[in-house]
Amino acid sequence: MGLNEKPLSTLHEKSSFDLADFEVPTGREEAWRFTPLSRLKGLHNGKAEAVGHVRVDVDAAPEVTVETVGRDDARVGKSFVPTDRVSAQAWNTFEKATVITVPREAVTSKPTVLTLTGSGDGASYGHIVVKVEPLAEAVLVLDHKGSAVYADNIEFVVGEGANLKVVSVQDWADDAVHVSHHHAQLAKDATFRSFVVTLGGDLVRLSPSVAYTAPGGDADMSGVYFVDAGQHLEHRLLVDHSQPNCKSNVDYRGALQGEDAHAVWIGDVIIRVEAEGTDTYELNRNLILTDGARADSVPNLEILTGEVAGAGHASASGRLDDEHIFYLQARGIPYDEARRLVVRGFLGQLIEKIQIEEIRERIMSAVEAELAR
Amino acid sequence: MSTLEIRDLQVAVEDKEILRGVNLTVKAGQTHAIMGPNGSGKSTLAYAIAGHPKYTITGGQVLLDGVDLLELSVDERARAGLFLAMQYPVEVPGVSVSNFLRSAVTAVRGEAPKLREFAKDLKGGMDALSIDPAFAQRNLNEGFSGGEKKRHEILQMELLKPKIAVLDETDSGLDVDALRVVSEGINRFRASGETGVLLITHYTRILRYVKPDFVHVFAAGRIVEQGGPELAEKLEAEGYEQYTKASA
Repeated sequence: MGLNEKPLSTLHEKSSFDLADFEVPTGREEAWRFTPLSRLKGLHNGKAEAVGHVRVDVDAAPEVTVETVGRDDARVGKSFVPTDRVSAQAWNTFEKATVITVPREAVTSKPTVLTLTGSGDGASYGHIVVKVEPLAEAVLVLDHKGSAVYADNIEFVVGEGANLKVVSVQDWADDAVHVSHHHAQLAKDATFRSFVVTLGGDLVRLSPSVAYTAPGGDADMSGVYFVDAGQHLEHRLLVDHSQPNCKSNVDYRGALQGEDAHAVWIGDVIIRVEAEGTDTYELNRNLILTDGARADSVPNLEILTGEVAGAGHASASGRLDDEHIFYLQARGIPYDEARRLVVRGFLGQLIEKIQIEEIRERIMSAVEAELAR
Repeated sequence: MSTLEIRDLQVAVEDKEILRGVNLTVKAGQTHAIMGPNGSGKSTLAYAIAGHPKYTITGGQVLLDGVDLLELSVDERARAGLFLAMQYPVEVPGVSVSNFLRSAVTAVRGEAPKLREFAKDLKGGMDALSIDPAFAQRNLNEGFSGGEKKRHEILQMELLKPKIAVLDETDSGLDVDALRVVSEGINRFRASGETGVLLITHYTRILRYVKPDFVHVFAAGRIVEQGGPELAEKLEAEGYEQYTKASA
């Protein structure tokens, strides 16, 4: 497959399955300018040989089928085309893909949990396909842990009238490097809920994207991240409204503390000429808790039609509000605890949206643990 | 019995001198009203005592039972027994009223209250101030009306049981019903006779519900006249004009 025609938008310039179509990034490119390439351990330049392992364990709902398939499986690579070098590298290098299928009209009785555990023995590449057939409903948890240098593509193919909720937790060991692309493709009237939680790893660059194949799709993408000293946690959202009457909502919030804690958030939304009646909003907020931490937040909204139902974006990065802290302290609450209350509240408002209690509590306690560091 | 002693307090905001030597002693069982025109420094006095970072102390002392509050952090002052009911309580997103109150009570008492006891105290306090119990689950001050915010300030005061409470224009923006409810709360609080109240107000209206023992007139950063409740009546009739002229 060759180079696809350049889309109207400038927000993602090319897409291809062929690695040769992507030059090795130098760091000067718009898509790579925030990422410290030297810490990617070769994932971006072909030097990261696939000698390591990330184990995939699946605890599936009984209604769901789980298969491990080869590269030639007909269901793999149907919903997306790589849009950057590392995504193309992962596509060209993975050996086995995990395919999860939620059958038509099935409503899963429990979340399906995929645990991805890095064994710390070198780079590896992965591929996961989650196929939710028409009118089915499922909850999926992706749990990343251990030490790894890992690049992968995950396809979420949500069928007509189907509903998929995904929680992806990046709770890697301190030295992990993870570059991941989540590609969601929504059929007519499909609902997609994504909740990303990124806490661990030396460098995590996660690019969740949404594409629509028919009208009526509804995507809600939330994320929380907690960046400690030296960490680089980057989230790059892309919502491509190419169909009429679809919705999208993006809300990412992060807290940063410590020297060289670096958060990057890019929120790209394209509303194409044919996407009349689009309703979209994207928001990113960062709470910077100490000196030496840095948040780069770039929302991009490209509207190519005059007929939208709603389109907005906002980005705010700031320090703890002195007035909040003063108020809590004036009631006897010590500074450290006041700070914890405010940060927990800031992230908790989003975490409350997770409907599965067990996961919500786990994430809340992970945030607590970060705050106690 | 507790005593708050303000000695020659001088306070600046961004190099501008606001308080020019305030002397005032509030003893347990007493209610002092501080009245004065806008911009006279009344609120500065309240926030400086509580330790707001915007205010720089340039001289003087504030002693609570002999301990200089100015040497303490904001939270230490509160734990020492000082309470400030704020004029504009801030909204704190994501922090629920009940969670906040439990944290505050735990901090001030030095140990976590028993859950059942705390729930009972909270419910009793909310009932007494006609606060809908559903507010316990709401985010602190978020979307509260002016009156609701002030009731919550009084609720906090009643739960935390400070030695000295400074009420900064708690009456401002209240309708008569809310004013009555809030005043009853203040009267319950001071009924024990073991607490002192420093009531800062622009209007005499609240003093009909909360009878002061002493009235101080504030102008241009210091106390310019002192008296008993009759001074409030005189201010009601004559206004602040004579003091603003004198200090100008």
